[in-house]
Amino acid sequence: MTRLPASLVIGSVLFALFACASLLSFVWTPFDHTAMSIADRMQQPSGEHLLGTDHFGRDILSMIMVGARTSIAVAILAVGIGIGIGVPLGLLAAANRGSLLDEVVMRGNDLVFAFPSLVIAILITAIFGPSATNAIIAIGIFNIPVFARVARGGALPLWTLDYVLTARVAGKGKVRISVEHILTNIANLLIVQGTIQFSLGILAEAALSYVGLGAQPPTPSWGRMLADSQTMISLAPHMAIFPGLAIVLTVLGLNLMGDGLRDILDPRVRRAR
Amino acid sequence: MLLSVQNLGLSIHGTRILDEVSFDIREGEVFGLVGESGSGKSLSALACMGLLPRGSSVSGSAAMRDRNLLTLSEHAMCDLRGNEIGMIFQEPMTALNPVQTIGDQVAETLVIHGAATRGEALRVAREKLDRVGLGPDRFPLSRFPHELSGGQRQRVCIAMAIALHPKLLIADEPTTALDVTTQAQILDLLEDLRREEGMALWLITHDLAVVAGMADHVAVMKEGQIVEANATEPLFRQRRHAYTRDLFAASSHVPERHDRLAGDAPVLTVKEAVRDYRLPRHSLFQPPGAVRAVDRVSLTIGQGESLGLVGESGCGKSTLARAILGLEPLQSGSIQIGSETVGTGQISPETRRRIQVVFQDPYGSFNPRHRVGRLIAEPFYLSGEPPDAAERIEKALTDVGLAPSDTSKYIHEFSGGQRQRIAIARALITRPDLIVLDEAVSALDVRVRAQILDLLADLQAEYGLSYLFISHDLSVVRAITDRVLVMKAGQIIEEGPTDQVFNAPMHAYTQSLIAAAPRIPEAWGEKQVTA
Repeated sequence: MTRLPASLVIGSVLFALFACASLLSFVWTPFDHTAMSIADRMQQPSGEHLLGTDHFGRDILSMIMVGARTSIAVAILAVGIGIGIGVPLGLLAAANRGSLLDEVVMRGNDLVFAFPSLVIAILITAIFGPSATNAIIAIGIFNIPVFARVARGGALPLWTLDYVLTARVAGKGKVRISVEHILTNIANLLIVQGTIQFSLGILAEAALSYVGLGAQPPTPSWGRMLADSQTMISLAPHMAIFPGLAIVLTVLGLNLMGDGLRDILDPRVRRAR
Repeated sequence: MLLSVQNLGLSIHGTRILDEVSFDIREGEVFGLVGESGSGKSLSALACMGLLPRGSSVSGSAAMRDRNLLTLSEHAMCDLRGNEIGMIFQEPMTALNPVQTIGDQVAETLVIHGAATRGEALRVAREKLDRVGLGPDRFPLSRFPHELSGGQRQRVCIAMAIALHPKLLIADEPTTALDVTTQAQILDLLEDLRREEGMALWLITHDLAVVAGMADHVAVMKEGQIVEANATEPLFRQRRHAYTRDLFAASSHVPERHDRLAGDAPVLTVKEAVRDYRLPRHSLFQPPGAVRAVDRVSLTIGQGESLGLVGESGCGKSTLARAILGLEPLQSGSIQIGSETVGTGQISPETRRRIQVVFQDPYGSFNPRHRVGRLIAEPFYLSGEPPDAAERIEKALTDVGLAPSDTSKYIHEFSGGQRQRIAIARALITRPDLIVLDEAVSALDVRVRAQILDLLADLQAEYGLSYLFISHDLSVVRAITDRVLVMKAGQIIEEGPTDQVFNAPMHAYTQSLIAAAPRIPEAWGEKQVTA
């Protein structure tokens, strides 16, 4: 057993912290995250409110815990859309390399890449109404080409290997080979890309809710907490600092995790180490 | 004495690699270091070059002109490398930078060592490339590596290595990746350079025949130790150490062939097969060009027969094999397996069963994430697993000399030779009539190769198998086949019983192939001194 890379350990601990907080919020939060109390508004962090209160007197720690739920759910589902649609497309393109299908899939990818993702996400949520579901769809669509590229790129060299030839000699079809031989051997690439897209998903969700197009009140979300705090930044800086820190630390943790996973899963990097 | 290595020891991360290795290389002589893969022969050269991987610790000394190469600073070694010691490697495909011209790469050595200005260096580069046989008309300095063949790239590597007249040239398996005629040319070139430039050559190889023809002194290495060292001819004649005798016997091993279980109907008939590849379009309005990889090839294989197919890389022999396996469509002609005509890529499950394949690379032939049992059972896919699948998997494993308990292991737990046995087990599982062996023993060490050849001969006798044996290695084809076809540029140019083709080749190309293959002088094998 080799030693785990430090980036993986630190990243996993950071991410686990927020994942646990979001799970805990289902059963317990220090305060009801919707309970307002104008008398206690904009309190500095204290023994009672560990991270202080916002301009309606809501407990910020409770809001961050419930907000983590939204962020993580949106990002997971968006990555799920990307993997669920992008990976089969990429595998299909690789299996039919050079064919019309390959061209259509990859040029379709280029087309999606050509649009600025966040602007289109804003467009989608603006047309269909702001909600967490529409945010998931909007972010998910832009994950599709990323995974299609990674899957195709990882699959192409495998198609020239002798064990794929042997499978073809055994009479196996392209779909069967893709699932049995190709997918299992590019899983490591997909896991690494998955963590990176996950962190980008969290950022995108924060950005959408910052402009009011993500999860709607009273569901708390990190992006909107930032937006709410900006007019009061000089009066109560802690209102901006804590949700900001939550976003930074989660994204940092996921990126470190992705880096660390790449180190142990990707044989090309592993050999160079 | 040019280089004197005394008691060289090496361990990497605590694992002992080299143990008390001692030898001398005199000025201008050829020293051959022979051993199987993993014996430590390459690492002993890298140790003298100061190019060891991290985590290595060396002991002993390697003295070159009163300096111990093992203790010199990295700065001093940089001066030395290229300047006094040149080195060339096995794989000319990766030893050159693909985005630099060959002229720049040869000139770089001179510029780095401050031996010349850029203009001057390019002039010397031209001279050196001429010297290694890459003339200015066909090989201007502005050529890129991808425009050259493997043999030409190896010549560029040699030109780089000799640019500064090193006293010692280390050649690590310089011809292993090359075809037999190219190998002969490169070896001739190295011999010429040694004579004219007066440099010593340290030749590292697994091929006894190459050493026999080139070296003045030979050392045989096994598991990090030198087991025998002597002048070349006495070493080959006496073979004092048991390991040397093993290697010698294995390199000229002829498996015992059993009487054929001959049947009447041919197992495979190929008629006038043609396979074209389309080239990329040069212009939108012209039809794309095509290159003919297989050109009207006809062949038959009878039951229990071994047919050899020899030719150099790129001659179309692998393409032909893939067409026979139904992996590539033919443009014209037909392929008949048993009684069914195939050739369009559509093969019925029953016919699929009758033809199996073993590929060259024992490392790329298996999905690393599946267990051996599942890997071997893969050919059952179309026919469905028979009720006795488990027993047949065990039988196939015991047939190839492995244990039935190996089914639950992963492929990385096996050595190259064992993997090739597993590949054969996978081919045997459907009880086929014909197995296509595409360079199936080329990547193996000589002793393992001899065992696999024996195994193939035994299996042939037991099951009445036919083999299509594709190889560039003439000695292997000669040892195991009944008939042989010689292929050049997509065409079969000579065909006949193996002995006849090898003893009295008719076609000029076959003659040049056979003449180019290095061999140990027959007289050296006669007298055996048992220790």
